[in-house]
Amino acid sequence: MTTTARPLTLEDVRIALAGTCLLTVSARVEPGEVLTVMGPSGSGKSTLLAYVSGFLDPAFSASGRVLSGDIDITALAPEERHAGILFQDPLLFPHMSVEQNLLFAIPASVRGRAARRNMARAALARTGLEDFGPRHPDTLSGGQKARVALARVLLSAPRMLLLDEPFSKLDASLRGQMRDLVFATARASGLPVILVIHDAADAEAAGGAVIRVGTDA
Amino acid sequence: MSFARLGPPLAIGLLAGPVLAGLAGTLFPAFGWLPALGGDRVSLDPFRELLAQPGLFRSSLVSLLSGLAATLVALLGVALFMAAHAGSRFFGRVQHLLSPLLSVPHAAAAFGLAFLVAPSGWLVRLVSPELTGWTAPPDALVVHDPFGLAMTAGLVVKEIPFLLLVALAAMPQVRLAETRRLAASMGHGRVAGFLFFAWPPVYRQIRLAVLAVLAFSTSVVDVAVILGPVTPPPLAVRLVGWMNDPDLEMRFFASAGALLQLGITALACLIWLALERLGHVVLTRLRDRGRRFAQDRGLRAISGVLPGLSAGAVFLGLLLLALWSVAGLWQFPDALPRSFSLRSWERALPRLDGPLWTTLATGILAAALATVLAILCLRREDETRAPPGRLLWLVYLPLIVPQAAFLFGLQMLLIGVHAEPSLPALVFAHLVFVMPYVFLSLSDPWRAFDRRYETIAAGLGASRLKSFWRVRMPMMARAVLAAAAVGFAVSVGQYLPTLLIGAGRLTTITTEAVALASGGNRRVIGVYAFLQMMLPAAGFAIASLVPALLWRRRSA
Repeated sequence: MTTTARPLTLEDVRIALAGTCLLTVSARVEPGEVLTVMGPSGSGKSTLLAYVSGFLDPAFSASGRVLSGDIDITALAPEERHAGILFQDPLLFPHMSVEQNLLFAIPASVRGRAARRNMARAALARTGLEDFGPRHPDTLSGGQKARVALARVLLSAPRMLLLDEPFSKLDASLRGQMRDLVFATARASGLPVILVIHDAADAEAAGGAVIRVGTDA
Repeated sequence: MSFARLGPPLAIGLLAGPVLAGLAGTLFPAFGWLPALGGDRVSLDPFRELLAQPGLFRSSLVSLLSGLAATLVALLGVALFMAAHAGSRFFGRVQHLLSPLLSVPHAAAAFGLAFLVAPSGWLVRLVSPELTGWTAPPDALVVHDPFGLAMTAGLVVKEIPFLLLVALAAMPQVRLAETRRLAASMGHGRVAGFLFFAWPPVYRQIRLAVLAVLAFSTSVVDVAVILGPVTPPPLAVRLVGWMNDPDLEMRFFASAGALLQLGITALACLIWLALERLGHVVLTRLRDRGRRFAQDRGLRAISGVLPGLSAGAVFLGLLLLALWSVAGLWQFPDALPRSFSLRSWERALPRLDGPLWTTLATGILAAALATVLAILCLRREDETRAPPGRLLWLVYLPLIVPQAAFLFGLQMLLIGVHAEPSLPALVFAHLVFVMPYVFLSLSDPWRAFDRRYETIAAGLGASRLKSFWRVRMPMMARAVLAAAAVGFAVSVGQYLPTLLIGAGRLTTITTEAVALASGGNRRVIGVYAFLQMMLPAAGFAIASLVPALLWRRRSA
């Protein structure tokens, strides 16, 4: 979790599908701040995250640059961008235990089995899931899975957090909890956040700037 | 994984290459041109010689009609069965029987059927002499009947599970529960509702598979040798005879015969297209006239008969094969052997190891190559995000061109370059037929993979290679191993490629088993056919056990 706080800059990002422009964004997200992109489903708001993380479908064309600090990450391979992403499903790797899921995320620069395991355990302890390391993801509740997914992405020392409607599948009580946890963590770790949603409630909780995409948003 | 780029060109080379080269290798000798055998003049003599063969018309007709009949009956059986039962719990249970049925090689299923329905077969024994009064087998040509009915039945029995499986794979295209409810609300019977509203899109999806069944059935050799007519045999069987004749001169008109076979299969496909048209017209007419067929209790009751009989015949046949392999004294009207002995096995074992070794080596290598190739192709599809289905024609090509038509040419090319029959040649010949099935069984689970896992892995800093080996492959392990097992089963069942490319020097359990057909020694046939079905079963068992074991270790 030794992320050096760097702002995220979207420089004239323009994404089009078959000549039709879906969205244009120019924004600067400071460490710990949240940029919210809001729009109805099908408006192409998730393509922004795909573009930043390096997984834009070739059917779309995109121009512009994404900078982390002064590093142009659009020039990097997806795995070198360190764009930590959370989807609406926790997507824990089902063939790994909780601890193995976390170990997978720890950068290779952390050497030694013991050191890596200690890091994973500490992350679990911070999440309040001390004894869950050997458990299989299937045996966890929805809220527990979401917390492990958050711990996993933080362990990978990301440059930013990309949130793709991450709370929309949680039930009402968990939703507020998880939302507060994610934003508090991002603030504490100094991570710039891009949040993609179609629900205004999440946008209010996030604070920060809001960009609307699509016509009937 | 950028070498996934190699996948599609490799697949095209390894599948379409042999097919096209083989067709060319058939075409030239058919017109008298094959310098290696002294043919250096283009002429129509091979065709003249071919037409002079006695009973050629009848052989061709049997091939054409039995192939069409087998395909039609199997398809109607599948359509009716799905119409009556798709979506029910009973149907869900039946699905589990499909894979084992599918993995039984054609030859083994045909032997089983023969053991069951022959005049001296088990069904007659069961009711003799009590009901029939027979103390000796009746003198009736039930197997090898001149109309090819037994052969047609043997094909139906094996193609029903295949068509049912591909139709099931196409079902997600149809929103079955909603369609059924909608049809019922308009007053349609269960069967009619399905056939009117759900079947047409399903059929569109499985059309290539149906044509593959038709091509296979019109040119089948092993099933025809075991169950088909003998005077004269179906065309494909006679082709093989001419082709394997020590008199090399016969290769010329055998090649002409292979072209005739190609023509017959093409004709069958044309007739099929007309039948499709007819079926479409009948179905739309009935639908548009507002016929509801609400009272279909009777139809539903008989819908299970054909699939049930097929499955029953295969399973009972396999049981009989196993029983015969350990039978001691088993005289005619007895329903069970008087004694059991392992003598057939003891006698066969010393001669088994060569063919068994070839079967295993070829099957494992072909299945492994096909699996790697299929993964590369699918991986490339991921990378380019090409719409699925672009490679489908290629995958079905070796299944729709009759085996006999291009394998002869391939053999001739090998003779032309003086290549000895070798294991690599055999593996590549098998690969042509194994790869399509491996690809078809892997593509659905592969495409169903949630690719957000890969986005997550990359976001966590995992390279594409790491993400592939530590996330994608482990999560796909079950599907990959199952596809490999399908490939192994297909390889074990191959008869004609082994016969022609192995050229008698390399034999497998399947070629040995079919060679025993004319001898009629049921005990020895039992041994070979039993092995033939045990090998694929062992493959499937390993494929399902390995992930289970890996899983247990992980969660411990």
